[in-house]
Amino acid sequence: MGNCTSLQPLQFRRLALFLSLAFKAAVLIQQWYRRYVARLEMRRRCTWRIFQSIEYACEQDQIKLHNFFSYLMDHFTPSSSKERDFISRMFISGESFKEAELEKYCDYESMEVPDSYTGPRLSFPLLPDHATALLEAFKQKQQLHARYVLNLLHETRKHLKQLPNISHVSTCYSEEVTVCGDLHGQLDDLFFIFYKNGLPSPSKSYVFNGDFVDRGKQSLEILIILFTFLLIYPKEVHLNRGNHEDHMVNLRYGFAKEVMQKYKVHGKKILKMIQNVFCWLPLATLIDQKVLIIHGGISDTTDLDMLQKIQRNKFISVLRGKKRKESNKDVEIQEINGESKVEAESSESESDLSLSPQPRPAPSITNRLEFSKWLRQTVQEQIEWCRQLVDSESEPEEPTYSSVVSLTELDAQCWTHQEEWKQILDILWSDPMPQEGCRVNTVRGGGCYFGPDVTDKILEKYNLQFLIRSHECKHEGYEFCHNRKVLTIFSASNYYEIGSNRGAYVKLGPDLVPHFVQYQASKTAHTLTMTQRISRVEESAFRALREKLFAHTSALISAFKAYDKDNTGKISLSSWAMAVESVLHLGLPWRMLRPQLVRSTVDGMLEYKSWLDDLAMEQRSQEHIQSSLLEVIYRNRSNLETIFRIIDRDHSGLISFEEFRQTWKLFSTHMNIELTDDGIDDLVRSIDFNKDGNIDFNEFLEAFRLVKQSQPILFQRPR
Amino acid sequence: MASRKDGAVAEIEKKIIEAFEVFDHECNKTVDVREIGSIVRSLGCFPTEAELHELLAKVEEEEPTGYINLEKFLPVMTKVLLDRSYQPIPEDVLLHAFEALDENKCGYITKEELIKYLTEEGEPFTEEEMEDMLSTALDPETNTVRYRDYISMMIVDET
Repeated sequence: MGNCTSLQPLQFRRLALFLSLAFKAAVLIQQWYRRYVARLEMRRRCTWRIFQSIEYACEQDQIKLHNFFSYLMDHFTPSSSKERDFISRMFISGESFKEAELEKYCDYESMEVPDSYTGPRLSFPLLPDHATALLEAFKQKQQLHARYVLNLLHETRKHLKQLPNISHVSTCYSEEVTVCGDLHGQLDDLFFIFYKNGLPSPSKSYVFNGDFVDRGKQSLEILIILFTFLLIYPKEVHLNRGNHEDHMVNLRYGFAKEVMQKYKVHGKKILKMIQNVFCWLPLATLIDQKVLIIHGGISDTTDLDMLQKIQRNKFISVLRGKKRKESNKDVEIQEINGESKVEAESSESESDLSLSPQPRPAPSITNRLEFSKWLRQTVQEQIEWCRQLVDSESEPEEPTYSSVVSLTELDAQCWTHQEEWKQILDILWSDPMPQEGCRVNTVRGGGCYFGPDVTDKILEKYNLQFLIRSHECKHEGYEFCHNRKVLTIFSASNYYEIGSNRGAYVKLGPDLVPHFVQYQASKTAHTLTMTQRISRVEESAFRALREKLFAHTSALISAFKAYDKDNTGKISLSSWAMAVESVLHLGLPWRMLRPQLVRSTVDGMLEYKSWLDDLAMEQRSQEHIQSSLLEVIYRNRSNLETIFRIIDRDHSGLISFEEFRQTWKLFSTHMNIELTDDGIDDLVRSIDFNKDGNIDFNEFLEAFRLVKQSQPILFQRPR
Repeated sequence: MASRKDGAVAEIEKKIIEAFEVFDHECNKTVDVREIGSIVRSLGCFPTEAELHELLAKVEEEEPTGYINLEKFLPVMTKVLLDRSYQPIPEDVLLHAFEALDENKCGYITKEELIKYLTEEGEPFTEEEMEDMLSTALDPETNTVRYRDYISMMIVDET
C-alpha cells in the first residue's frame, strides 16, 4: 500500500477513494457469494429430502406388499386347486430345508472346476493367501467359481452356528477395533477401507454392522470377502445381521437378481445357502461390555438376556404382514359372553411369513400331482397353525418348528414367538428420533422410533456407555445423536448418487473414544466442484421425483381439477403444492422445489395440464391420461416384480399367462382396481411379445413403455 | 398478527415456513441460529453479514439459546419479504464490483489480489469460503479469475 505520508494530497485522495471503493466492492462480492452458497445448501438439503422420502416410500411399498399377503390370508378362499397351489407358493418361499437336505441340495463336491478356470481356487481351512487372491481377483473383475462359493458358504455356516447371538470383543487383545456400517454391495468402498485401514489380522479387529448386500452391484463379492476373512480370523472379524440379510428383502432390492445373473446355473443353490447363512449371522456385538453394536437400533422393550438365548436361526425372514390386533379381542369378548370360543377363521390369523411351521420335505417337483397335494397340505397346516396362534394365549407353544428343545433352552421357551420376533425386528429395523418416547416405525414398516430416554434407559440397564448402529445414510458418513450416546456409522459412500454423501468407519481403542475416517470412493467425485457435485445429485433426485409424479398422473389431475373449478387449466402455486402433497405424501418442501419442476406463467399461475404432458413425454409414454391401468402397474412395479420373483420359483424369468392373470386379479382386487377379465386378457396378450404363452417379466416391466409401439389396444379403449 | 390476512401474506408465510422446516432437524419448530443466514438467503434475500446480525437480534430469545423459534422468526421474516429488504444484486452491479478491484482494467484479477481483497476487506471471507470460491472461479492455467466468465457461469447455475 505504501507509506501514506509520502503521497501527495491528490494521490492520497485517490487512494482513499479507491480503498473505500474496494471495501464496498468486497462487501458486494461477499454478500452475493454468501447468498449463492446458501442457495446451494438449501438445494443440497432438498435433494437429500427427496432421496430419503422416496427411499422410505419404497420401504412403505414393502409394507403394502406384506399387507397384500395378509389380505390374501384373510380374504381369499381358493376356489380351485389351481388357485390354492398358486397362493401357497407365495408363502412357501420362506421354507427352510432341514440341514441334511440343504447339504444335499447345495452339494458342491461333485462340481468340476474346468482347467480353463483362471480364478482363485479355495481350499479349506482358508489361509491369508486365499483372501489376498480373492481381493486381487475381484479387482480384476473375475468371478469365483460356483463350487468354491458353495464350499465357502457351507464352511461359513458351520462356523456361524457355533457363535452366540451376541459376539464379544475385547480391546485388550487387539488394540483397536474398527466398526463399519452399511456397505450395500459397494465393493469400492470396502476396498478403500482395507486400503486405508489395513486388512483384518490378529492385530486388526473388525466389526461389520450388517446390510452387506442389496442395491449395489457387487453384493456377492462383498459377502465372499467378508466370509473369507471371518473364517481366516475368527477371533478378529465379527459380522452382525442387518435388515437386508433377509431373503425377502433381497428379492426386491437387487441381491437375488445379482446372484442369478452372475451364476446362471448354480444361482439358485447359492441363494438357498445364503438364505440359510443369513439367519445364522449373530445379532449384535459388545465391545468391552460397554459398547453395543446393532444394525438398526433398540426399543423400550429390548432385552439383551432374551436376545442372548433365542434361537436366532428360526427367523429366516424378519418381515411380516399386518398385525391382527382385533382377533384376540373378539375371542375374549365372546368368552365373556359365555359363548364358546369362536372358531377363528383364517381371516383372524396372524399372517406371518417368518414364523410358519417348517413344512414337511417337498416331494420332487416332477411329480406334479404329489407336489400339488403337498402344497395344499402345507397351506392347510399354515392356516391351522395361524388359527392356533390366536388361541394360544393359554396353550403351550407348538413345538413343530423348533428342532431340539434342550434343558438349557427351557427358559427360552417361556417367551412367546411374538416376543422373540419383536426383539429381533427392533434391533434390525429401528431408527433413533429426537423426541422422547418409543413409537412404531410406520415409515419402514418394522421396528420403532426410539427417543433419547429409551437410549438412556437401555444404556443404564446394561451398564453400557453408548450404542453404535447403522441403517441410515448420513451425509458425512456418521452422525451422533441422543447426546452423543448413539452413533450412526454408514460406510457406503455416494449411496444415492455420485457426490451425495461420504462413507465412514470408526475406530475404538481401549479408551473407547471414537475416531472417524471419512471417504468418498469415487474418482469423479473428487474432481467435481461443490456446485457440480450438488447439481449432479440434484439432477438424479429430480429425475426420480418426476418419475414418481408421472406415476400418479391421474390422481394429480383430479387433485388439480378440484382447485380449478372453472377449468382454466391453471392453478396457483399454493394449490399446486397442496395438491401434489395430498397425492404423493412425501412431505417435501414443494414451494422450494417448484422452480426445478414447473415453469410458472406470467401471472404466477401454473399450467398443470401442459406440465403433466411434459412429464409424460419425458417418460417416453403418451396417452398417459387414458392408460390409468398402466399407470397403476407402473406405480406398483416393484411390488409386482417382487411377487413375480416369488412365483417364479425356478428363477427362470418366465411366468405363465395363468400365473400372471391370477397375480393381477388378486392384486387388483386388493388395490381396488376395476378390471374385467377381458381387460386382463388384453393386457396379457399385448405383453407376450414372442407369443409363446409365457411372460418374461423383465420385458413386462418395460412393457408400459413399449406397448404403444406394439399393440395399442388399451389406449384406444374408451374410458 | 393481523386477523385478516392477505392471500399474498399467507403465501409468503407458507414459503417461509417451508424453508424453515428444511433446517428444522428435530421437527420442533426451531433451527440452529447458524442456519438462519442460509434460510434468509434461500428465500431470495441478499443481506450483508451486518444486516443479518441486525435481523438475528430481532429474532433471538432474551437469553440466547443457540436456537431460533419459528414463532419469532415468522413475523420478522414476513416483513422482510413484504418490504423487499436486502435486495438482490443484479449482474451488472456485481460486474462493477469486480471491475473496481481490477485496478488495471485488464479483465481479470490475480489469485493473490482476490484473496487479499476478500479476506481482508469488507466482511472478510473465512479460509473455507475463499477456497470454495477459488475452486470454481480460478483459471488454473493463469492463476487468475476472469470475472466476466465467472459471473456468466454463476448466473446460469442459478437458474
